[in-house]
Amino acid sequence: MKNMDIKDIIKPENLVYDKSELQIDTIMHYCPGCSHGVVHKLIAEIIEELGIQEDTIGVSPVGCAVFAYNYIDIDWQQAAHGRAPAVATGIARTNPDKIVFTYQGDGDLASIGAGEILHACNRGENIVVIFINNAIYGMTGGQMAPTTLIGQPTSTSPLGRDVALNGYPMKMTEIIATLPGTCYVTRQSVHTAATVRKCKKAIKKAFQNVMAKKGTSFVEVVSTCNSGWKMTPVGANTWMEENMFAEYVPGDLKDNDIQKPAIGN
Amino acid sequence: MAKVRGAVVVEKEGCKGCSLCVEACPQEVLALHKEVNSRGYHYSYMKNPEACIGCSNCGAVCPDTCITVYRVKF
Repeated sequence: MKNMDIKDIIKPENLVYDKSELQIDTIMHYCPGCSHGVVHKLIAEIIEELGIQEDTIGVSPVGCAVFAYNYIDIDWQQAAHGRAPAVATGIARTNPDKIVFTYQGDGDLASIGAGEILHACNRGENIVVIFINNAIYGMTGGQMAPTTLIGQPTSTSPLGRDVALNGYPMKMTEIIATLPGTCYVTRQSVHTAATVRKCKKAIKKAFQNVMAKKGTSFVEVVSTCNSGWKMTPVGANTWMEENMFAEYVPGDLKDNDIQKPAIGN
Repeated sequence: MAKVRGAVVVEKEGCKGCSLCVEACPQEVLALHKEVNSRGYHYSYMKNPEACIGCSNCGAVCPDTCITVYRVKF
């Protein structure tokens, strides 16, 4: 059997991994090796597995993921910079049967949208928040973000982030875990096959929480921006493991099983 | 002798040559081709197809979802 021809293996009955049907057949605009592609793929797979394509509404941010609506075949709304949780609040409250999620980067969520995310999580809005943390502003040219590590060089801090001048890296996930409105707060990554599968379970759980109306589920994905960091995709993954994980420790921060009181109209 | 054989199909035009699949492959099956696709990227291909076990690690890490994995058990 060792001499089996490749053509005998490549048959529909032997298929073990394929693109989700919800992923639109187009080439993504992301740079080679960008973590956004992996997270998009996971979201498409999860929505397909849960059979909620007709009921899911995504809110895309400002940033590289602004075009997320071009890649997953569900309903989308694009929000102003940082305002995705506020827009998602409106959609979720007026359509309580829909499953609403926001997809935001760190420049969007941790900086201009810090107020929106904190209050949406504090109100315990029934939404999923997917937070892509790559420690810089990726789309606009790799500027320093609130999440940039101490000493990390960026285009606006070429000598590295200086604490005296710019303060400390902002750990949004830790802050959000303290808010009682959130039911599930976790930090994941997608740099190896094992972590991709673990991240998929976490995002799936977040969607299931929203389906069970448990309140806000917050999933941070520690990501790479190899073009912004000026590294190769593989080099960026290694750098992330060595540096980002010391500051942004992966794992579940909160996993409550408490049902949020329903809004009475 | 291996009890599992796998095969990987890389969608040549979708690949951006990031080589994350090459790193993720435990059997060193995949490599970047010396030729480029129409967009100028060195695309991933099965350099050593006999060693593939169809674990789908390459598919899981591919940001552009251009990998399809097949597996047969004996």
